[in-house]
Amino acid sequence: MQAAVSPGPGIRLDLVLVPTLLALAAVIGVVEAARSPDPLMVIQAWTFLACLLGAGVWFMKRYGGGIPADEAGAYQNDVVKAGVIAAMFWGIAGMLVGVVIALQLAFPATFSFPDLPYFNFGRLRPLHTSAVIFAFGGNVLIATSFYVVQRTCKARLAGGAWPWFVFCGYQTFIVLAGTGYLLGITEGREYAEPEWYLDIWLTIVWVAYLLVFLGTIWKRKEPHIYVANWFYLAFIVTIALLHVVNNLSMPVSLLETKSFSAFSGVQDALTQWWYGHNAVGFFLTAGFLAIMYYFIPKRAERPVYSYRLSIVHFWTLIFIYIWAGPHHLHYTALPEWAQTLGMTFSVMLWMPSWGGMINGLMTLSGAWDKLRTDPVLRMLVVSVAFYGMATFEGPVMSVKAVNALSHYTDWTIGHVHSGALGWVGFVSFGALYCLVPWLWKRERLYSNTLVEWHFWVATIGIVFYITAMWVSGIMQGLMWRAYNDYGFLEYSFVETVQAMHPYYIIRAMGGFLYLSGALIMAYNLWRTIRGDVREAGAQQIATAPALAVQGAVS
Amino acid sequence: MNHGTLERHSLLLLVAILIVVSIGGLIEIAPLFYIGSTIEKVQGMRPYTPLELEGRNIYVREGCYLCHSQMIRPLRDEVERYGHYSLAAESMYDHPFQWGSKRTGPDLARVGGKYSDEWQRAHLADPRSVVPESVMPPYAFLEKTPLDYRNIADQLKANRAVGVPYTEADIANAKTDLEAQADPNSDGADAIVKRYPKAQVRDFDGNPKQVSEADALIAYLQMLGTLVDFSSYKADAPENKR
Amino acid sequence: MEGLNYEQVAGFAHSWGVLYFLALFALVCAYAFWPSNRKTFNNAASIPLQDDETES
Repeated sequence: MQAAVSPGPGIRLDLVLVPTLLALAAVIGVVEAARSPDPLMVIQAWTFLACLLGAGVWFMKRYGGGIPADEAGAYQNDVVKAGVIAAMFWGIAGMLVGVVIALQLAFPATFSFPDLPYFNFGRLRPLHTSAVIFAFGGNVLIATSFYVVQRTCKARLAGGAWPWFVFCGYQTFIVLAGTGYLLGITEGREYAEPEWYLDIWLTIVWVAYLLVFLGTIWKRKEPHIYVANWFYLAFIVTIALLHVVNNLSMPVSLLETKSFSAFSGVQDALTQWWYGHNAVGFFLTAGFLAIMYYFIPKRAERPVYSYRLSIVHFWTLIFIYIWAGPHHLHYTALPEWAQTLGMTFSVMLWMPSWGGMINGLMTLSGAWDKLRTDPVLRMLVVSVAFYGMATFEGPVMSVKAVNALSHYTDWTIGHVHSGALGWVGFVSFGALYCLVPWLWKRERLYSNTLVEWHFWVATIGIVFYITAMWVSGIMQGLMWRAYNDYGFLEYSFVETVQAMHPYYIIRAMGGFLYLSGALIMAYNLWRTIRGDVREAGAQQIATAPALAVQGAVS
Repeated sequence: MNHGTLERHSLLLLVAILIVVSIGGLIEIAPLFYIGSTIEKVQGMRPYTPLELEGRNIYVREGCYLCHSQMIRPLRDEVERYGHYSLAAESMYDHPFQWGSKRTGPDLARVGGKYSDEWQRAHLADPRSVVPESVMPPYAFLEKTPLDYRNIADQLKANRAVGVPYTEADIANAKTDLEAQADPNSDGADAIVKRYPKAQVRDFDGNPKQVSEADALIAYLQMLGTLVDFSSYKADAPENKR
Repeated sequence: MEGLNYEQVAGFAHSWGVLYFLALFALVCAYAFWPSNRKTFNNAASIPLQDDETES
């Protein structure tokens, strides 16, 4: 394998367009840095320029000596490798911030900064949510989608340098959004905090992502589009739609960070939760279901239990999910018809969700023994079980009578984390454990024992976390509505806060265990990349992609 | 299979996804803009004063909405604890809405006037000095930081562009109104109450030398939930049926 | 526009809304369970298992 092949005849258009786009972005960055009267905008502009410089240097290194071999072979792997490393990095960063804010709630006097605005709970919390959802989850989705679409289409990634633009552009978005939160730049709407100029940047990156993905599908040598790609496509397209509509806003000026949402009050609330709930539905569910539909069959070496069910699963999931948002606004000033609509669809959502879960779990039928010997497959399968649990709890909480108790309490936080830690986290870890040996051409992971450790430490962490939040949430909900014998409210608000203290400590411990598991994974994957093998002579578990097992089920 | 067919198949899939997803969003969200009773008819709502708007920006900037709701549900215990349930009309000028989704701290929809400025000041600087069991972070820097309101007129203009009925006079006087509201001895005190009925004019942070971020935030907190005249609000009137 | 009221919206949802969902569901099921599609789907199910890195 040679390091580089000589460029073919003519000039590659992507090698002209990507640097041009980066240069244009840099010009805008320079103008903002030089002209903005807003000190925060100036900091953001310099950060942006630093990121662009980094991307520029990377492009020079990669393409300076001709077209790299990675872009001449059957599959383009380097960008997937970069995504895997970025996902590990952001995952640990995001979980660390999560542990910090959990400690801030458990020990507010110790972890507080009266004279420093940057590190208080209100600014770190969006940093945590964005880092784990968009930085960790987003990189996992971009990396796995780039990997899966090539294999299932039997075609190299389209666009040449464009996938790298997507990768670099996305990391730039993450860095600017994250540092922006610390500086106090936010639109003030959950999971959509980045300000108007970053929203525009992300839109450009996302369109490039969609075109790379679609372009690869157009080049496919396989007539049928595998169902995992349906889920990826729905994720990319719907997130684009949600992002653009929800972030419509009016900047104070083109040189200022601050903007005001295009909608107000009740309309803004419903738009935001239409976005917020479908970020769960299409980012944290559809995208990761694509991972399930590729990695579980691949790892278990058997086709998905029912391909037909996966088709019904796909369509019912996307057409029901999109309606469920108003359940975040039960008993609010949102008109009742919208609340009822949201509740109805949320309850209906239980069916496609469990259809998908059954499809994932039953793929293992006849191969259950593999769960005993392959901890990576076990992680993937347990993630699907958590998916089933969270998607059962969700419809229950969307029932208005239950929501009256659960809303505004830690129960919601517990529910989110059973989905985030159990489903999204575990399915991502499983995919990363698969991808690293496959991409770096290692026969196996550095250590399966460490995967076992990761699995159990993280599982115990999840159990701590969600049970603490169930107890504290339900307890606080009941305390708020408790009346004494004289017909007065039994507890003042602050008494209910005080009662949460022990559970906040348990939650922080759970989070710490989960973070520890991720650190074990990072170490294990790093040693795998280096080519080390820890347990010589231990039973061999096939980590390389298996050869075809056609006929296993037909 | 030729290239065109392959492209057609994926584009068909793409368009089908877009249609299914858009119909859901459109049918659910669009009626809110068209059904007349979505926002109740009430007396007393007005746009924020420039100082309150700056206070609101700080509320958003510090992520207060992550722990405090501004949405009282029509449940017995909430109404007894926080006051009349929230109306959609009360957030009609809120870009963005700040209803919140979590009550690590209490609801703030009607916190205006419940505590003195001194209490708010002490509580913001060191919450545990007045509420020992509180888990709120301290915001001592607010009263030390001068408020940056250089672009306040542009902020009003941006709000007007998205539908808040600020007048030309409001925008022209934005800066003087802001300074006047934090200074009870200024000449503009009467003008601001005329432009913004029920506006509270006083030195909120106890430091007459500068308009601080604490001035703005406390001015905002002290007006929350105080505007609507509930004596004239008819919940059962046909135009408010929803 | 004040023309639209709650009853009209609810009426629309109860009739056309239900019809839309039933039609969509029937369409999806027909596609998934159409007998002549069986072979395509069986082949499709094995797509992740066919490929590997031998080409690169």
